[in-house]
Amino acid sequence: MPAAISTEGLVKRFGRTHALDGLDLTVRTGEVHGFLGPNGAGKTTTIRILLGMTRSDEGKAVVLDGDPWTDATELHRRLAYVPGDVTLWPNLSGGEAIDLLGRMRGGVDKKRKAELLERFDLDPRKKARAYSKGNRQKVALVAAFASDVELLLLDEPTSGLDPLMEEVFREVVQEISDRDGRTVLLSSHILSEVEALCDRVTIIRAGRAVESGTLNELRHLTRTSIQAELVGPMDGLAQLTGVHDLKTIDGRVQFDVDTDEINPVLRRLTEIGVRSLVSQPPSLEELFLRLYEPEAVR
Amino acid sequence: MKSLAGTGGLIRLILRRDRVVLPLWIVLLVAISVSYVQEYGDLFPTPESRVKYASNAGFITLYGELSGPSLGEFVTWRLGFVPVMVGLISLLTIIRHTRVEEETGRRELLGATVVGRHAQLAAALITVLGANLVLAVLLALGMHSQDLPLAGSVAIGIVYAGTGWLFAAIGAVAAQLTASAGAARGIAIGVLGGAYVLRAAGDTSAHTDGPLAWLSYLSPIAWAQRIHPYADNRWWLAVVLLAATVLLVITAVSLAVRRDVGAGLLPDRLGPTDGTLGSPLALAWRLHRGLLAAWTVGFALLGLLFGGVAEGVGDMMRDDPGIQEMFQRMGGAAGLIDSFLAGVMMLVGLIASAYAVQATLRMRVEESSGRVEPVLATATSRWQWAASHLVFSLLGPAVALLAAGVAEGLAYGAAIGDVGGQLPRLVGAALTQLPAVWVLAAIAIAIFGFFPQASMASWAGPTVCILIGLVSAGVSTADWIRDISPFTHLPSLPGGSVSAGPLIVLLAIAVVVGLAGLVGLRRRDLPA
Ligand SMILES: Nc1ncnc2c1ncn2[C@@H]1O[C@H](COP(=O)(O)OP(=O)(O)O)[C@@H](O)[C@H]1O
Ligand SMILES: [Mg+2]
Repeated sequence: MPAAISTEGLVKRFGRTHALDGLDLTVRTGEVHGFLGPNGAGKTTTIRILLGMTRSDEGKAVVLDGDPWTDATELHRRLAYVPGDVTLWPNLSGGEAIDLLGRMRGGVDKKRKAELLERFDLDPRKKARAYSKGNRQKVALVAAFASDVELLLLDEPTSGLDPLMEEVFREVVQEISDRDGRTVLLSSHILSEVEALCDRVTIIRAGRAVESGTLNELRHLTRTSIQAELVGPMDGLAQLTGVHDLKTIDGRVQFDVDTDEINPVLRRLTEIGVRSLVSQPPSLEELFLRLYEPEAVR
Repeated sequence: MKSLAGTGGLIRLILRRDRVVLPLWIVLLVAISVSYVQEYGDLFPTPESRVKYASNAGFITLYGELSGPSLGEFVTWRLGFVPVMVGLISLLTIIRHTRVEEETGRRELLGATVVGRHAQLAAALITVLGANLVLAVLLALGMHSQDLPLAGSVAIGIVYAGTGWLFAAIGAVAAQLTASAGAARGIAIGVLGGAYVLRAAGDTSAHTDGPLAWLSYLSPIAWAQRIHPYADNRWWLAVVLLAATVLLVITAVSLAVRRDVGAGLLPDRLGPTDGTLGSPLALAWRLHRGLLAAWTVGFALLGLLFGGVAEGVGDMMRDDPGIQEMFQRMGGAAGLIDSFLAGVMMLVGLIASAYAVQATLRMRVEESSGRVEPVLATATSRWQWAASHLVFSLLGPAVALLAAGVAEGLAYGAAIGDVGGQLPRLVGAALTQLPAVWVLAAIAIAIFGFFPQASMASWAGPTVCILIGLVSAGVSTADWIRDISPFTHLPSLPGGSVSAGPLIVLLAIAVVVGLAGLVGLRRRDLPA
């Protein structure tokens, strides 16, 4: 099956800022794809290019087999978008805004809309100016989820939602992915959300994709931290590849090891003789923090 | 005084944000007012000519009764519309720095820092009241420099500032009532309009010994006017204005205590669960209809007023070569009344171009507020989106001009008993302004299309044309300067001869520039 979204070497400059600097991104049809990166990494710029709102300076983007810039109108019948910062028309009620956006996309499913309003606990009669940030976001989410589209582009859609609504959001995304087979590109900051929902993720920093793959694949990039009480002296440990930050505290050694290199290290430990051993499983958090850091080298 | 903490910082912020606009309107209003002394002194050198000019019923409705024939009194009377403008600017500025801040959420951002709960309102009031004070001082000095008596010059300063203060306070009250800045503006402008209408009705009735003269006593605009600068300088009325201002400010503060930040006292009405809007055009109609209605009503009123005074102006001009010359420079046509009506039509056209630019810039408002994104992410193309707004920025002024033409034709036609003849002439004259209006709208489209960040520069179009219009009516002006304004190239109607050439050229310019702007819009980032 062809990819729902693919970009190659996207470059976008704003004056002297390189918002995107050769971005490659592939979102397979039917998957929920996490799009992660620190503030200013270029997530919103990417999504705007995929929507044909912003034009890339270099590189190629294909969305649902079309060119997002030239075929924008036709493509938009088949996709829905939720911006990170939703602003609505102050005089329109939430219900009016949902119906307006839905109709302009090609139609609203009344039953589905009512169901989503109920689940997101949103009063559609309030004027937009009376909504909080979270409620404005719910309006955009209901409008997007109620439409019959193949692809959803969600740009940090839960940044204003409370934990309860965040849970509803996860259920709904899971449903539309499992039951309806829709493709979702989800830009997010919330790791638990990404872990719960995403089949694959792309991590972007300073306008480039620094890592891409399934979460399991990414876990291999993380380090396991090990504390051990040894029988003999810790000869040769420091020389092994993949061992970092080795130190001794109260006669116990403590170090981090690249998850890929864990076997030779364990072998060496048993050779020396182990009295006790504690190992901390790799955490995604740690991986993301490491990849987010500006000096991270990949 | 913890509730006022941070006021000083907020005042500096307001002064910084308004560092251009605030000095501009002060200087402009003072300069216009002072220039009237020389201009009207030359046009009406004798007390008799002034009394005659001012005794026209139309002018009494517009400006009220003349208090006496001295030059100071005459100029003050003729400047009667300026205090109303001062009031309007003052209330708009207050609402801009209070309710708009809350509506956009910037207030919350600031409120979380060390800013007391009344600081925003206090800062806005202090700034606006101070600006009015500066205006009064400059005006008094300016008037006195034209050899008018000092006491009267101070009094006219107080007429301006007193009106400004009172309506600033009304703006402050309105800003507490509703959650929407638009509705707050509506309430405050409604009070201003009501005060004007009360004065106009009362004064007209008094002039004809009618029974409604008392209506004027209800109007703060009439209180200020009856200070009668250069006549008896009734200072006690200034105290009345000040007292009313203080009362209103106290009201605003006590209302502010009773509500949450962002909320209004009048509850927001609930809207429908399901919407009927389903197209870009339907959305544009929702966004533009209030503006269209307001401008159309305003234009109709303008037409009624001008149509109503036209005959009197004609009478007066017959005796006065100076005014004849002035209107002929503006209109250039043969018949006296026609040249007055043609000058008025150009003025109406200039104002319509301001509406055209305002409506065009709605697109920029939609863009910078972020509301354009969800719309363009639907199957709506940029063309459709832009076209839905342009329907209103191009046809809206046409509707407003039509209203002005119809109203003027009816009023003037009724006055001379020839509605059937005047109505089509004046409607035609009003609609003839459209090509020039569209040129300025097209320039705004082009700026929005190619240089969105500079969209506000579109206001230069109407501003420059209005300045050229005002200046060239007063003094003879070099042709090349007059030629900059598209309005110079319109036929002078009613009365003048029409040749299609210039109209076609203006239309062609509008089409080419406007289309170029749309191409620019298609090619750029949106939002940018
Ligand atoms: N319209 C714009 N003009 C100038 N710079 C911009 C514009 N939009 C984005 N940028 C810059 O491009 C970079 C990427 O921004 P963005 O895509 O919004 O990041 P993210 O969504 O990942 O936080 C940032 O440095 C931002 O300041
Ligand atoms: Mg972003």
